[in-house]
Amino acid sequence: MSELDLNDKMNEMLANSEANAKKAEKTFVRPEDEEREVVAPDGSIIKVNPIYDYFSGERPQEEKPRGGIVEKFLNWARAESIWVLGFGTGCGSIEIPPLVTPRFDMFRYGVQMRPTPRQSNAFIISGYLSIKTLKRVIRTYEQMPSPKYILALGSCTINGGMYYDSYSTINRLDKYIPVDVYIAGCMPRPEALLHGFVKLKQLIKEGKAEKANEYARNFDEYKANQKKIIKDWNMPDYNW
Amino acid sequence: MINKFLGFTPDKKLLPSQTVTTDTDIDLSSHKYQKIWLGPNHPGITGNMAVELTVQGATIMKAKTHVGYLHRGFEKLIERRLFVQGFPTSIRMCVAEPDTNEYFIARCTEELSGYADAVPEYANWLRMLSLEMARLQGLLRGVPGQGGTFALGIGVQWGVYLRDLILDRFEELTGARVYHMYIIPGGVRGVLPDGFKARMEDNLRDIDDFIIRIKKLMFHNSVFKTRAKGLAIITPEMVDKYGIVGTNARGCGVKRDVRKDNPYLYYDQLDFDPPTATDGDVYARTWIRWQELIQTVDLIRQIMAKMPAKGDIRAKMPNVLNWKIPKGETYVRLESGRGETGMYYVTDGSDKPRRINLRGPSYNHAIALLEDVLVGTDVADVHATMVSLQTCPPEIER
Amino acid sequence: MKNFIEKLNSKYNLQEVVYQRDNLVFAAISKENAIDAVTYLRDYEGFTHLVMMSCVDWIEDGKFQLLYLLNNPETKSDIGLKVYIDRENPVMVSAHHLWKQVWTYQRELREAFGIDFPGSPRIEENFVVEGWDEKPFMRRDFDTHEYAEKTFFPRGNRKTNDPAEYMRKKLYPNQPVTAKQRKDDK
Repeated sequence: MSELDLNDKMNEMLANSEANAKKAEKTFVRPEDEEREVVAPDGSIIKVNPIYDYFSGERPQEEKPRGGIVEKFLNWARAESIWVLGFGTGCGSIEIPPLVTPRFDMFRYGVQMRPTPRQSNAFIISGYLSIKTLKRVIRTYEQMPSPKYILALGSCTINGGMYYDSYSTINRLDKYIPVDVYIAGCMPRPEALLHGFVKLKQLIKEGKAEKANEYARNFDEYKANQKKIIKDWNMPDYNW
Repeated sequence: MINKFLGFTPDKKLLPSQTVTTDTDIDLSSHKYQKIWLGPNHPGITGNMAVELTVQGATIMKAKTHVGYLHRGFEKLIERRLFVQGFPTSIRMCVAEPDTNEYFIARCTEELSGYADAVPEYANWLRMLSLEMARLQGLLRGVPGQGGTFALGIGVQWGVYLRDLILDRFEELTGARVYHMYIIPGGVRGVLPDGFKARMEDNLRDIDDFIIRIKKLMFHNSVFKTRAKGLAIITPEMVDKYGIVGTNARGCGVKRDVRKDNPYLYYDQLDFDPPTATDGDVYARTWIRWQELIQTVDLIRQIMAKMPAKGDIRAKMPNVLNWKIPKGETYVRLESGRGETGMYYVTDGSDKPRRINLRGPSYNHAIALLEDVLVGTDVADVHATMVSLQTCPPEIER
Repeated sequence: MKNFIEKLNSKYNLQEVVYQRDNLVFAAISKENAIDAVTYLRDYEGFTHLVMMSCVDWIEDGKFQLLYLLNNPETKSDIGLKVYIDRENPVMVSAHHLWKQVWTYQRELREAFGIDFPGSPRIEENFVVEGWDEKPFMRRDFDTHEYAEKTFFPRGNRKTNDPAEYMRKKLYPNQPVTAKQRKDDK
């Protein structure tokens, strides 16, 4: 065959593989999330791209510590009022109600449960994360305002725990979101959780709980890891 | 009372009548309907489940349940493990009452390998005690939890504190608070410690006080009565059509209880009668669960009185690390706090199980039944309905 | 129970009848007679409660075994009907008109094993996994450990103090340990 024929054949193969890749990408997009044209109530035609229209394309920004006595005061305030998001992601969340009740009271440490991520400071990842929940956890984590802290509960976040060979749970949590404090156990007792909170307070007062800034610095790497396992990505890259 | 004083009678004829059926034609582009996700991140949801609602104003027209947030692939994992390695793995299938799964694996392997009658009597009584204690700690969280969905938060604080005391008793008996691994093929793992019965009786006396206080808090409360009566009614014809079991069936008068129908362990030697009601709404189901709380305390007292003082706790079984079970299949059932739970177990002659399949009562209650019962109710009543049907997501998707 | 099984056997040809306990029977039935028998049991014999529907993968025989487990609330007895279908092209008649929870079981079986039930409502919806494009995960030839090592990022350096190895050395010190045993224990 001549060189022109070979080139044509290669181009055809490349075009096919691109079309195949586009087709594979498109299989997981729901019909209401596709780019399309809609008819407005007054009869005009508008182009809509639902995923990108409602969110801007910004990236997360670092919040640099101010330094000096102001930062010490702010760290003290942040440490003494950690507000935790009330989202029980796995089986470790059965040891959270004992913390709210009078026996292992966590309110005396300044720790409260809040219903929405916009008002909360810390997120307890209680145990394993299935891929479906990881997508929601990422979305929730990015909605929390900085500075934010993550407590990883249980041995499933460290190396997969007892579900290390499952097709539906992740093995290492800190490849997807950055973790401040690990609390080991299966399940950890409520006293171990309180010890974890005390350690987190220590870290905040020393100024070492900076993992949210690390997420902003290495954003591309974390996003690549997340997109590798979440195959039906139908959210913007940074959900805030 | 106030209405009579003021001479005011509300005229219900002026309000439009509610005619909402399941085959309403919903046209989303007409801007009259809206989709709301009562998603996994919600403080009122039992576990990690999502309900996608199509709403008109505040009335629900259509509901769809989404599960799978807690899926770990248990049935596939257990096929890769030896029979005895399936214990720590299968316990975590149901987080609220883990002892039932231990009993299933123990009983199924015993039946299929021919050791079904070899379990000594003392071990069976201890198994009954741990199962009833597990039911008690589940009820202590569930009965006040129904009040918690109507913002009666103080009951939850009392109930979870008392549940912690029962978990202390579990820790004395088995060594762990939540996941015990106490019931094994052949018997149980340890004897009752000294002084256990006295400490348990102290805790049960506290729970008796709590039972009276909860009655005054929830059942003599006009807000609870107004919101819970007439909500989410289940009729007796629906029981067999949907496969409803447990407290939800007894709430409308159909008397189904595995402890009476197919007695297992020594339940035929105990004296109890499962409570029933006739209304079939949320109030009736909560009232039945409160009665079951009284009954469970009574059963624990009976078990501790009738139990032999000492005996063998384990039968002589073959070496569990080298154990091969011949080919066969069986189905074992028991009554957990939520209804009839069962496990289908298949072996094929090798040293690993072929297939296990857990049948949780929430599988029907949370998907097929919830989607039909929610039509016509208010958005604010979704949590009350879910807690009253006792939906527990980990056992739906294992 | 025995008379009832004989009556059923004369109507629909039952094979492999096993009396597991005195009120639990397992029997195999052909694919054409299955829904017929289930409807007959529900309407005329009082087995009105469907306990579960399940499936077992017998890859050596090239078959899937479906199970319909029915319960009679009056006589408190159970019967399990096993249906063998072909593994290469698994299709089964849908039973969603009999009970209202059957469509959930059929949706789960389609996602987990790949069995198609034509006509069942909402059969193509996802049940427990999102964005799954491999083969159905409950089949025996899907290796879940290999998939987990490939996709997720395992930390490595896993040291196991395997009790099976320890006990085998202690109790049977002279038995040779085969390569397959060593691989299965890891």
